[in-house]
Amino acid sequence: MSPAEQSQKKRSARNGWLLSAPALTLLFIAASGPLLIVLVYSFLTPGQYGNVIWKFSLDGWTGILFTRDIFDGTTNLADAHLTIFWRSVKLSLMTTALTFALGFPTAWFIATRPPTQRAMWLFLITIPFWTNLLIRTFAINEVIRNEGLMNTVLIGIGLISEPIRLINTDTAVFIGMAYVYLPLMVLPLFAAIDRFDMKLLEAGYDLYASRMQVLRHVILPIVKPGIVAGSILVFVPSLGAYVTPRVLGGGKNMMIGNFIELQFGQGRNWPLGAALSMALLLIVMAALLVYVRASTKGSNPHG
Amino acid sequence: MAERSFEVSRLPGFATIAIAVFVLLYLPIATLVVFSFNSGPSIAVWQGWSLHWYSDAWNNEAVKGATFRSLIIATAASAIATTVATMAALGTTRRAAFGGQTFIYVVINQPLMVPEIVTAVALLILFGVIKQATGYQGLAYLIIAHAAFCTPFAYLPIRARLEGMDLSLETAASDLYANPWQTFRHVTLPLLAPGIAAGAMLAFVISLDDVVITEFVKSGGQDTLPTYMLGQMRRAITPEVNAISTALLGLTIVLLTLFFILTRKKN
Amino acid sequence: MKRTLTALAFLAATTSLAQAEGVLNLYNWGNYTGPDLLAKFEAETGIKVTVTDYDSNDTALAKIEAGGHGFDLVVPSANYVPIFIEKSLTVELDLSKLPNHGNIAPEWMDVDWDAGRKHSIPWQWGSTGVAVNTSVYDGDINTSAIFLEVPDALKGKINVVPEMNDIVNLAIMYVGGEPCSEDTEVLKKARDVLLAAKPDWISMDYGATEKLSNNDWAASVNWNGSSMRARVNNGSVAYGYPKEGYPVFMDSAMLLRDARNVEEAYKFLDFIMVPENAAMISAFARYANGIAGSEAFMPEDMKDAPEVVTPEEHKAAGVFLPTCSPVAQQYMTAIWTELMK
Repeated sequence: MSPAEQSQKKRSARNGWLLSAPALTLLFIAASGPLLIVLVYSFLTPGQYGNVIWKFSLDGWTGILFTRDIFDGTTNLADAHLTIFWRSVKLSLMTTALTFALGFPTAWFIATRPPTQRAMWLFLITIPFWTNLLIRTFAINEVIRNEGLMNTVLIGIGLISEPIRLINTDTAVFIGMAYVYLPLMVLPLFAAIDRFDMKLLEAGYDLYASRMQVLRHVILPIVKPGIVAGSILVFVPSLGAYVTPRVLGGGKNMMIGNFIELQFGQGRNWPLGAALSMALLLIVMAALLVYVRASTKGSNPHG
Repeated sequence: MAERSFEVSRLPGFATIAIAVFVLLYLPIATLVVFSFNSGPSIAVWQGWSLHWYSDAWNNEAVKGATFRSLIIATAASAIATTVATMAALGTTRRAAFGGQTFIYVVINQPLMVPEIVTAVALLILFGVIKQATGYQGLAYLIIAHAAFCTPFAYLPIRARLEGMDLSLETAASDLYANPWQTFRHVTLPLLAPGIAAGAMLAFVISLDDVVITEFVKSGGQDTLPTYMLGQMRRAITPEVNAISTALLGLTIVLLTLFFILTRKKN
Repeated sequence: MKRTLTALAFLAATTSLAQAEGVLNLYNWGNYTGPDLLAKFEAETGIKVTVTDYDSNDTALAKIEAGGHGFDLVVPSANYVPIFIEKSLTVELDLSKLPNHGNIAPEWMDVDWDAGRKHSIPWQWGSTGVAVNTSVYDGDINTSAIFLEVPDALKGKINVVPEMNDIVNLAIMYVGGEPCSEDTEVLKKARDVLLAAKPDWISMDYGATEKLSNNDWAASVNWNGSSMRARVNNGSVAYGYPKEGYPVFMDSAMLLRDARNVEEAYKFLDFIMVPENAAMISAFARYANGIAGSEAFMPEDMKDAPEVVTPEEHKAAGVFLPTCSPVAQQYMTAIWTELMK
């Protein structure tokens, strides 16, 4: 590498840092920085009525995997914690898959409208989300209730004779989560598809590729960054979601978000809550890095 | 294109799915709007038409204040988040890999990775100290907190747009002796605009929805619409909230229609 | 640098002075403070009240402990009152500034958590029982068996509110223990009864007023005020007081140590002890208050509502939840986690 190239590379890196500096500052003040407090708290002793006592303890961390049985005093693997964790992961994966299955065609549809209409369709996607999450979830509830809109209409047109019971089922949670997180999938996908050059499709069909082949070998690789962005935006927040599962699922089963909240609330065990969230952070971060590495490998033409 | 019997950009079934998605998306919203006109106190049992929830909401200082506060915070926070996210996206894509890129990526996306309650408790402790030390208890805390967790939502779509965006136009511009700023302003920015729009919209919507962090950061008299609703949830939600939501939707649609008419004319 | 600091300090001082000019910051449960009450207070005193909402005692406690919140008054539940006192977050009231203090009903004056009412002024009180649609189930409803050994008619149709303290203590009392028990034998029985009953519940959610009214649920563990509203909408809903023991709660207003508007706060506390005003509080949120003589001003539909006026034969089973010890709290959390996993 010539000295000129090297200094150019250095300059490029410096500009990269400079451009990222405002975002980093903001996040250090109001997100990552305060998280250090949580890290410290995870090594302290729970206070009597919430909060912490400044005495070092590892109980928060061991409490993630092991619990002392309150009745016989033995220490066991905390299967309740693992069950809760696994349920959250499973639901988030399913939500991500469904939002992708619905979001990709939708984003494609928007991106292939005439340019003057695209903004309108994009707004149509976001307008429902101007209403608050809680009221939106209640509205979904009204639609799928036993005596709600969906069942009334289906019975009215004679498609079914008995109402379909969806309310307070896992299916209801799944539908609701996909509804709530759909724009988080559609918008990044749109941003990626929109810059896709439709001439590539011409080329693909000229080479007698089938539709499926074109989709797999021409479209998907190019919109991959959008898929990655969309999946992260849906998967990670749905891991911590609790309003939707509670309202639509009836709240009989805890999600990881509720469980951590319990520790900071009525459970009065802030160190365990802090340790749980640190562990969650580490796991998600590791998964994310693996995912991003694997999915961007070789697909970035500009290195 | 005319020689082929089909439109290349059409993928079979996609339009059907998309239309179905739009219909499903608006179904709950439609019930929400209908029940805002309910004369009874329920959001599920219909008792006849009435506008009284609108007058109730209009006369309720707490609701009005909370609505305006939500809009102010969402506007300010999404503006900040989109600006810093655009800069960071430009700084981390389309250049030779440099040490620390992954670090920047992780820091920017960190708010996504912890449940809100954790950030909320951490901010409560930190801002509590600052509030006591400075005596300032204004909206800035909420705006900063919202801007921070909105940043990844703005960053990811912009970055997705930038990645692999065609460099040739920008190279052409600088070949024509445009300075970097001119190149950015007249070439990069217009190309990037859809990504920025998508990111800004996401950030705005995310800020508008936030409950937990707001609940812990707010000072006296700083309820937003979501925290106001959270307080109602344990007891009973009345169509008053439907009325506010409908009014907000109506306002949005009017503003957007105006915007489209104006831009259409300019073209 | 020094000058800026002085300027800042001056600014801070003047803004807080400006704030002390006829305003009051009330930190209260959401949907608990009627606008008409505040309008009347402002008309009488010229003091403008700003209400900020919370939705759990723990959130309120954490926020006030963190400081810099700007609130003057908070309204915690009875079992949190001793915590606020012990942590010195609130102050003892100067009773000479509260001429209406004597209006507190005798049974609410010498309560366990605040004898003589020197720290807390009654806001509202109520109970946690079971609301049942009697057209679905017409057996005895004054028992926790409604949700702990669910009758066949209610299986898959009953909801349980997701309130750890209420639910676990109801179960403890059902198996014959004391609230906040540390007796592992009792706790084990309570856990088993909860775990066995859970499959029969449809959900663990709020919003009972709505869902009992429109027949989504046939029964629910529920608060009395909400059950009354459900009965008004749906005549077959009745409220049961479990004879094995049911929790009674009372929320009371307390003056914060770092309040900036102390005089205004006293005026407000005195104001809510006027019977007519206390009745306004009840009329808005549909719970009883603790002020003697307020009955005369109560709305007609509340005066003899069996949910609001506890029938004589059910009074004895009502229990105030004490402030649980940290050990008892740990047990409860463990049972709750087991239940919700």
